[in-house]
Amino acid sequence: MLLTNANYKMSYSNYFNPELETMPVGQLHELQLKRLKQTVRHCMNAPFYQKEFQKRGITPDDIQSLEDIRKLPFTTKEDLRENYPFGLSCIPLKDCVRLHSSSGTTGNPTVVLHSQKDLDEWANAVARCLWMVGSRPEDIFQNSAGYGMFTAGLGFQYGAEKVGMLTVPAAAGNTTRQIKFIKDFGTTVLHAIPSYASRIYDVMKEEGVDPQKDTQLRVLCIGAEPHSEEQRKRIENQLGVKAYNSYGISEMMGPGVAFECQEQNGLHIWEDYFIVEIIDPVTLEPVPDGQLGELVLTTINREAMPLLRYRTRDLTRFLPGECPCGRHHRRIDRLQGRSDDMIILKGVNIFPIQIEKILLKFKELSTDYFIVIDTKDGNDIMTIEVEINQMFTDDFIRLQNLEKEITRQLKDEILITPKVRLVPKGTLVTSDEKKAVRVKDLRKLF
Amino acid sequence: MTINQLSIFMENRSGTLIKALELMKKSKIQIIASTIADTAEYGIYRIICSEPTRAYKELKEAGVAVALSDVFAIELDDEPGRAADAVRTFSDAGLSITYMYSFLLNGKGILIFRTNDNEHAREVIILNNLKFISESDLSQWK
Repeated sequence: MLLTNANYKMSYSNYFNPELETMPVGQLHELQLKRLKQTVRHCMNAPFYQKEFQKRGITPDDIQSLEDIRKLPFTTKEDLRENYPFGLSCIPLKDCVRLHSSSGTTGNPTVVLHSQKDLDEWANAVARCLWMVGSRPEDIFQNSAGYGMFTAGLGFQYGAEKVGMLTVPAAAGNTTRQIKFIKDFGTTVLHAIPSYASRIYDVMKEEGVDPQKDTQLRVLCIGAEPHSEEQRKRIENQLGVKAYNSYGISEMMGPGVAFECQEQNGLHIWEDYFIVEIIDPVTLEPVPDGQLGELVLTTINREAMPLLRYRTRDLTRFLPGECPCGRHHRRIDRLQGRSDDMIILKGVNIFPIQIEKILLKFKELSTDYFIVIDTKDGNDIMTIEVEINQMFTDDFIRLQNLEKEITRQLKDEILITPKVRLVPKGTLVTSDEKKAVRVKDLRKLF
Repeated sequence: MTINQLSIFMENRSGTLIKALELMKKSKIQIIASTIADTAEYGIYRIICSEPTRAYKELKEAGVAVALSDVFAIELDDEPGRAADAVRTFSDAGLSITYMYSFLLNGKGILIFRTNDNEHAREVIILNNLKFISESDLSQWK
């Protein structure tokens, strides 16, 4: 019997892979252990891992429980660079069907190889994410990410096709044309980096297009760029959509690693694909749930180039508790910057993002700030320069109270009392610089 | 009774004062009186000028952290002891002066100040029949 579209809609499951997505935690862990053992054995095909295992005097048989993952070596971006291009390949090149490469700003780029099975699994992971945010075969999906080496182009393409949506591979740029496609084809689901979603809205306004009346957009997937909750809300209101946070990393595959569900409260990270650890970037020990640390991922579902305990350098935390959506895959908080930015002061790890979060609460301050670390009489001192914006009043007492309150709240967050210095607006780096330098460490290293 | 005063937030760093002054110059604003109060870290530059509202707007547009506030402006005869008499009036009424500065205008001494209780200060000025100037007295520099 032929079903109409309306009937199809009623018969859809909430999940793309119902069994895997709602698998009880115990079973999920069994699956993880099985796949981890397979992966570790498989890794012995890569000369790099053979050497690493020999150095540590371990063999794949040492992995008998999930906790044993801590016996395994970490893998870093430098390892990928030093073994460029194919040193981490675990299958013959003739069995690989694609490679993606990230631009190397220093030295060699990184290369990630994929077998046909890897590509299928990748497409499945992205499809699972897109389904989770409500995409269905009736939807029309437009991808404004760059195609080619950038994984968000092809990654979303294959995932959206797997869902069964009509796909519009618009790729990056030419905003006027993007808007024409959105209107003419009736695009309902759009993927864009957050700054480009804002750009699309601005151009719509210029061209007299009302996104809420003139388009059928309802879902926006945003990722690749750090963005705040305020930014998300703004884009949602502007375009009249629900916006979902996407996390991908090309070394793992690309998009599809973690994604928000319709609760919009943290990103589910697919634990049948990865074993997820969050560690202290200095001690390399796991941090307690809820605490900020570096995300470390082990692929347990890849053929061509599995990676063990890959240090993503991305900072996040595990969100505690069950998600009402019914998926048992743990949630991570939105990504909060890079572990390379970490400052160690008096033995305490401090991430600039922690400082930024506090400063954003003060409406008297602009969004710019500058952190200087220096040594005075043998003591490390952190000075944080913050800009007084136009909420300024002619009152020393209030300025002093403001300074005290900022200091107090910062101390609560970073456990160290910084010296807060108020400076006039426009003194510090401007935010239109692409990557503003916000930390200067003047300490002499002996 | 009160006039508009510009307050500019300043960092203790060379070049910040000249930047503010150049902006005032460009906008053709006449400075009538000014004073800088400083702490170790920063200062507030307070200015009585010809067109405070326009100056405020233009400084703000230039991105300067600036505030416009009401300050009392009492007129005194230009002879010794008048400032003491005036401040005594407030002090007897239990008021505190938060800051104060003065200048000469048309042969009269002008006392600019802020108190901890502006409503009370208003009453004291009226009750004691103290003379004051208003914004229009400064408009001769427009």
